[in-house]
Amino acid sequence: MALRQDSFGELKVPLTWMAVVALIVCGVVGVSILLSDRRETFQTEAYGAARQAVDTVSAPVGGAVAAPGRWTGDLLGWLRSYVAVAHENRRLHKVMAGLQVQADEAVRLRDENERLRAMLGVKTDPPIPMVTARAVTDSRGPFANARLANAGSDAGVVVGYPVLSERGLVGRVVGVSRDASRVLLLTDVASRTPVMIDRSNARAILTGDGGPNPKLDYLRGRDAVHDGDRVLTSGDGGVLPRGLPVGRAVKGLDGRWRVVLDADAGAIDWVRILKFKDYSQLADQQALAATHLPPVITENPDDRIISAPAPAAATPAAKVPATKTPPAKAPATTPPQKAAPVVPAPKAATPPQKAPAPAPAGPAQ
Amino acid sequence: MSFSAARPLDPWRWIGVPALLCIGATILLAAPIQLFGLRLPEPIFPMVCAFGWAVIRPSILAPVVLLLLGLFLDIYWGGALGLWVVSLLLAYAVTLAMRNMMTGQSRPMMWAWYAGMTVVAMVTGYLVTMLDVKAAPSVVGVVWQLLATAMLYPFAHRLIDRFEDADVRFR
Repeated sequence: MALRQDSFGELKVPLTWMAVVALIVCGVVGVSILLSDRRETFQTEAYGAARQAVDTVSAPVGGAVAAPGRWTGDLLGWLRSYVAVAHENRRLHKVMAGLQVQADEAVRLRDENERLRAMLGVKTDPPIPMVTARAVTDSRGPFANARLANAGSDAGVVVGYPVLSERGLVGRVVGVSRDASRVLLLTDVASRTPVMIDRSNARAILTGDGGPNPKLDYLRGRDAVHDGDRVLTSGDGGVLPRGLPVGRAVKGLDGRWRVVLDADAGAIDWVRILKFKDYSQLADQQALAATHLPPVITENPDDRIISAPAPAAATPAAKVPATKTPPAKAPATTPPQKAAPVVPAPKAATPPQKAPAPAPAGPAQ
Repeated sequence: MSFSAARPLDPWRWIGVPALLCIGATILLAAPIQLFGLRLPEPIFPMVCAFGWAVIRPSILAPVVLLLLGLFLDIYWGGALGLWVVSLLLAYAVTLAMRNMMTGQSRPMMWAWYAGMTVVAMVTGYLVTMLDVKAAPSVVGVVWQLLATAMLYPFAHRLIDRFEDADVRFR
């Protein structure tokens, strides 16, 4: 009570009101920032300087923070393999026996494939160069799923490049600074990826929702997908190359088709950034631009109309209905040598047998 | 009552240090580490500040720092710019408006209030994301992050307990 009576206690009301005003101002600033954000465009210029600066600083910091965990994982892996070396050896012998058969089959198929391609003259896709990078930070909330990889524009990375782990597609680059790249994961709520079902060749759009298993939207075709079907990138739209492994189709608890991502089968420590450009961009643009189109010649409609009867002289005049054009215009636009056919043209509208009909010899009466 | 009890709080102690701790914890848990095949949780650490600062007393500096913390989350996590700014400020505003109902309540009740304010922030983030990308985020993912954030109340309790009585004008 005593505090309220002195001058210091009276400061409470102004301070509260100033705090409310500060809150309202900050709220307005926040809404303005939200409305001005252009993240959904995924354009290079929309990735602002602030994001680039934070990514540049975050990459080494995230790498340092993750280093103890990585070292611990490596150590545990080494210990586990040391302890289970005999069991691992037996398992690998079995795996290798199966792989030898597959390797022989692969060689046979490759030879056959090359021979058939040579016979058909198929132009194959060129190999895609890639950059290897380490994922240094990882955001995995429901509203943003992204990773920061420690390779940026200095390594030749640009926005739009697809990113793979050792098992399958992870996402694509949406922002680049000098030393780091922001990778939008397939699970992000803003991610849309054109995919196809390997078995049926059916197309769909892989739509992230912040959960671990993105949805297959706009799935087309009857019996398009079965449980366990392999899902690959379709290459539609030229954003991603065709045939990158994405995952396997499963029926979700909500009744929708979803995809268990291949990339989730293990930790995504290292990623490969494919320096992929749409194959149409790899064509010789200068040669395409140098194509000589025939010169454009505009036709004078009067020329066309007047010159039409020339062949019509040999054919029945009934095929030239355009002769109803008033003849007065013809001399104005036609050269003198073409003026001759103009004369019979108006008569062509009449039946041909009547045109040469002679006049009666005697008087009509 | 001595005048020293009514001395204004040192902004660095009750706003600066908790904000830096939140940034550090966020960076720490953003490491791409898997334990036994499971990835680390991703709680919203600044929610501790948004709730604690509003309960302690109204402040001019707190919403400004919350704005900066929200911007940090948006940029560091790669989300829509302004998403967490708006969500945290709204949770702060609701807590500030209802702080008279919260003061003096038991710890479990304060925990429930904190969880409720976290729901406010998450629902705001959900709606903002829906409007931003024209798609609904996974409700399961939202619930997981809500639970992870709600588990952080002991830190908010520590913050409130330490500074609640520092300014008797707002008791």
